[in-house]
Amino acid sequence: MNKISRREFLKFASFTAATLGLSQSVPEVAYALENAAKGQPPVIWIQGASCTGCSISLLNSVHPDIKEILLEIISLKFHPNISAATGHVAVEAFLGEAEKNKGKFFLVVEGAVPTKDNGVYCSIGEKDGRELYFSEIIKELGEKAKAVIAIGTCAAYGGIPAADPNPTGCVPVSEVIDPKKVLNIPGCPPHPDWFVGSLAHVLLYNELPKTDKFGRPKMFYGGIIHDNCPRRQYFDNSIFAKDFSEPGCLLLLGCKGPVTYSDCPTRLWNGGVNWCIKAGHPCIGCTEPGFPDKIGPIYEKMPEVKLPGISASADTFGEVVGAATAIGLGAHLIGNIVTGRLGGHKKKDKEGEK
Amino acid sequence: MAQKIVVDPVTRIEGHLKIEVMVDGGKVVDAKSSGVLYRGIETILVGRDPRDAQQITQRICGVCPTAHATASTFNLDNAFGIQPPKNGRILRNLIFGANYLQSHILHFYHLSALDYVKGPDASPFIPRYEGDYRLPNAVNQKVVEHYILALEMRKKAHEMLAIFGGKMPHVVGIVPGGSSETVDAQKIIDFRSRLKELTSFIDNVYIPDVLTIAEYYKDYFDIGRGCQNLMSYGGFPQSDDGSDRFLKAGVFLQGQEQELNPEKITEHLKYSWFDDNNSQKHPREGVTAPKPGKDGAYSWMKAPRYDGHPMEVGPLARMWIGGEKKVKGLGEKAFSVLGRHLARALEASRVAHAMEEWLLEIEPGKPTHTPFEIPKESEGMGLTEAPRGALGHWIKIKNYKIANYQAVVPTTWNASPRDDNGVLGPIEQALIGTPVKDPENPIEVARVVRAFDPCLACAVHLFTPGQDLGKFKIY
Repeated sequence: MNKISRREFLKFASFTAATLGLSQSVPEVAYALENAAKGQPPVIWIQGASCTGCSISLLNSVHPDIKEILLEIISLKFHPNISAATGHVAVEAFLGEAEKNKGKFFLVVEGAVPTKDNGVYCSIGEKDGRELYFSEIIKELGEKAKAVIAIGTCAAYGGIPAADPNPTGCVPVSEVIDPKKVLNIPGCPPHPDWFVGSLAHVLLYNELPKTDKFGRPKMFYGGIIHDNCPRRQYFDNSIFAKDFSEPGCLLLLGCKGPVTYSDCPTRLWNGGVNWCIKAGHPCIGCTEPGFPDKIGPIYEKMPEVKLPGISASADTFGEVVGAATAIGLGAHLIGNIVTGRLGGHKKKDKEGEK
Repeated sequence: MAQKIVVDPVTRIEGHLKIEVMVDGGKVVDAKSSGVLYRGIETILVGRDPRDAQQITQRICGVCPTAHATASTFNLDNAFGIQPPKNGRILRNLIFGANYLQSHILHFYHLSALDYVKGPDASPFIPRYEGDYRLPNAVNQKVVEHYILALEMRKKAHEMLAIFGGKMPHVVGIVPGGSSETVDAQKIIDFRSRLKELTSFIDNVYIPDVLTIAEYYKDYFDIGRGCQNLMSYGGFPQSDDGSDRFLKAGVFLQGQEQELNPEKITEHLKYSWFDDNNSQKHPREGVTAPKPGKDGAYSWMKAPRYDGHPMEVGPLARMWIGGEKKVKGLGEKAFSVLGRHLARALEASRVAHAMEEWLLEIEPGKPTHTPFEIPKESEGMGLTEAPRGALGHWIKIKNYKIANYQAVVPTTWNASPRDDNGVLGPIEQALIGTPVKDPENPIEVARVVRAFDPCLACAVHLFTPGQDLGKFKIY
């Protein structure tokens, strides 16, 4: 990957948003777009079995904001919710740009890939009177792309649409595209920084950021929520909230912080105003491969936690629990996950399922 | 000779929608709206802990998860036999209200405006349908500038939302029994500061921009009439039992105003890929039994009807039923593309101003949440108004688990296919008579459809395995 040099990237970055402030006239915005777009890496964004939440979350990016991202960092060739193009013009846009920018563009995939019945459960347009199946199109675009970003837990691990009984046979992007090419940015939805920061790493250093066993960048998913939780002292002192809006550790209300990897406690959400646990609600484990089935039910407390937290990387524990959610709370808890007691299944405990 | 035009995908909406129209003599003479709301979320919910519905149903839609959070918690409150304390009710309204503002601003500027305004000649503003852009350069430039400003404003609305909602998209602050958040003066002033900025934007930029576009596209007051039946479930409870709502509930059917009776709702299935045996059932008894390949069917959306009639839902319905003079004063012209945009903008202002008053009703230090227990057996119903229209959730609980869960969402009303009597859905009806100048650039069709703010809540497009969809086209 050598599309954009570090110097070029920094040049874009220094082209400050202030010069495009609202007091400036629009031709300047247009000028910036037309010029910047020439050197900016092309991005094509497509949606499968998704809810659009990941796209909406990206719009909430603060530094850089979405304006700066669009004007100065990427050249967004197609996005289903943002692009002016519609109908056949849209189909020509994403197919044509992929061909034109073969080997150079970044493909962002939002949503899981429905594969049941040859993938007919999802199409993203029509060409020559034929529906374009999502599962076929992402293979085609994935092959042409320089790298693929699977944004959100659905694209990364299957997520909600793949929850039992997985009616449309949804699978993660990495099961239909060469996983070496795929970077997972899980979260339901992901924090905008997780996407923007990962992309910045790729553009600056010309490589995918280092990832854990589950293909997510360690720079954002390297630590356990529980270890950095502002309510951690309550846990250590065995003070537990018994109802929403009470002070105390939220473990009894079902908090999955001890088995969830992300930097939410230190990064905070929506411009830093709040995040789930600060708002009195348990972590629901939305960045984990087991979300929602293996990490649910959402409001059921996890099995008795006897040991104070032991930090461990997802890699270490991933070895032990296989596809089940990696954890960091000691052998007792791991045993429960492996035997299926934690990760209580919605209908019945599937003993021995990993 | 009639010519078929297919718009697929309809972008700049939530989810995946396909529109087919037949054009004869430069006008639409028939229309079919096909889409899905079927990722099987209702099926996925069966057998789960009822409380999980509140988080899982939010994932139906990332644009208005607060609407599903609201409907599902009303539903669970109802099934659990509880009601939130005053603070809990107000916090829920403020969280939801913040997303109303976000959603309406996003819809006008980022989803719809590019049908009327020419963006700069660069990605993502090109390629586009070419042709009928009428704004003079200076005016066009101003609205493009506001497009950029509106990106900042909608983000601010989400920040405001997160103060009580925890995070957005997919909130945690709305839970059965009230809210998980607590309140204090700092949070209130933080919220209020952002609200004031948003209110000013809505009153001084958003509404004037809608009026500016209306000035140059006056003919769109006569395009997109639709069925002219309107329905609202009512939104934003003003009493703790939920009966009194800020946005009024009601029905406007064949020119007559009526009281809403949710028992009159049924779902027709003749033109949907679901088993006919379950047709015309009330959603409480609803069965989601897919039947791919059913003869004559063309959509994965069911066709909900009220007392047997198609109903338009959304801001136009709410403002009309709520007696908004500026909307009702338009008379028949309110039932139009521009009538819908105007109603949405006026509603944003109404909600924003009301939120400022709700903030003052908060009582710091008092509870925000009512504790509850899950009953072994129960039923519930939760009705609210999503930004894009009437939203209903129904639940049956057996043995502490979800035995049945059904959601009837706004776009199922608006973008529904024909019903068992062959009557077209509201968007289909609105498309009839729409002039189409250039079949290669059917921008008029896109304008009519987007004015409804469709939210397909799922980018999945479902159809018959192994069969050509064309077989079902009636053209």
